[in-house]
Amino acid sequence: MAHDDDHGDHDHDEHGSELSEMQLRVRALETVLAEKGYIDPAALDVMIEAYETRIGPHNGARVVAKAWADPAFKRALIEDATKAVQSLGLINRVGDHLIAVENTPKLHNMIVCTLCSCYPWEVLGLPPVWYKSAPYRSRAVNDPRGVLADFGLNLPADTQIRVWDSTAETRFIVLPMRPAGTDGWAEERLAALVTRDCMIGTGLPKDPAGTA
Amino acid sequence: MDGIHDMGGMHGFGKVEAEDNEPVFHAVWEARCLALNRAMGAIGAWTIDEGRAGIEALPPDVYLARSYYGKWALRLENMVVNCGLAGADEIAAGHALRAGKPLKRTLSAADVPRTLTRGSFSRTAKSPACFKVGDRVRTKNIHPPTHTRLPRYARGRAGVIEAIRGCHVFPDAVAIGAGEDPQWLYTVLFEGRELWGETSDPTLKVSIEAFEPYLDAA
Repeated sequence: MAHDDDHGDHDHDEHGSELSEMQLRVRALETVLAEKGYIDPAALDVMIEAYETRIGPHNGARVVAKAWADPAFKRALIEDATKAVQSLGLINRVGDHLIAVENTPKLHNMIVCTLCSCYPWEVLGLPPVWYKSAPYRSRAVNDPRGVLADFGLNLPADTQIRVWDSTAETRFIVLPMRPAGTDGWAEERLAALVTRDCMIGTGLPKDPAGTA
Repeated sequence: MDGIHDMGGMHGFGKVEAEDNEPVFHAVWEARCLALNRAMGAIGAWTIDEGRAGIEALPPDVYLARSYYGKWALRLENMVVNCGLAGADEIAAGHALRAGKPLKRTLSAADVPRTLTRGSFSRTAKSPACFKVGDRVRTKNIHPPTHTRLPRYARGRAGVIEAIRGCHVFPDAVAIGAGEDPQWLYTVLFEGRELWGETSDPTLKVSIEAFEPYLDAA
């Protein structure tokens, strides 16, 4: 799709007319809904602040690092991710239905929502634009290796690819493999290797040699 | 609904383009739009399933042309009007012209932390689950014109029950105002070839989360 059409096709298409049009339309909506007593703009401020600061992939990274460092926590995470994550006290409470899926040398997991944009907000924050985009949602289920190549990731030909389509209120987080060369690393140091994309399955953890 | 939103397996959308160091929001209106939608959900104006149906009700050309939060804004305009919470004349004017309707509950800034946690969608089962882990099933070939969570690419396909996820609110019922009608939810696993034919990647397996009414024994 072109970038210079009437509406703009990217959320970050700042030269398109969507920005000013949507600024005005959303402002009108907020004014009407506030004047009618349905919403309190101060509540919106608190919500936005939470999504911009506290709720993000750093929470998921802590979960993954803990699972790498603590075999008992890893077992608990695979058994019941909702309960295990809640025990860390990072987040008020995750939804009831969080599921952690583990990568192995023979199996690579990938998460998608082909129908909309379901994503584990509590542990990963708001989804990136590409996760909600037509190319990802259409191709993840029939051409996952092509999608991974778009991310610069080429897995061995015999690795099994497992795609989880989030079609209900269950939510998934990928537990990537712990990188070699991280023996004895503390959780905090391990967490710095855990990227958002490796918890969606479109990436791998950072190379420990590059972050020493 | 066999709509444009049901994108799994479609061709022609091109490469996935990730943005480096993407910000949480790309413009202030996106943040306000997200929060407005969440706030209206939190006060009980509509359920998550009715909200999804609201996005799916956008015309296909609008769905494709608009950005993600652009769709959320149009959905919000449509839903406040359809639910009788505000008039199209008020949205056009940018100001309330009449008093609001009474609400089930309000949302103050102090209430926000509670709303940042997803609610539970588990419900007490009315009857035992029909399937157990390892059972072979076939998804139904259904095409309801209303909201459903059975994607087109996985209809009429043979798979295996991999997990039972409990009994959950049934989106297909909630979205048409038919109540929660709780149903058993399963992870159903398909071989790539069952979904995409002989040319499928032989190493591919895909699962969906399928409600019991979507499934027949196979």
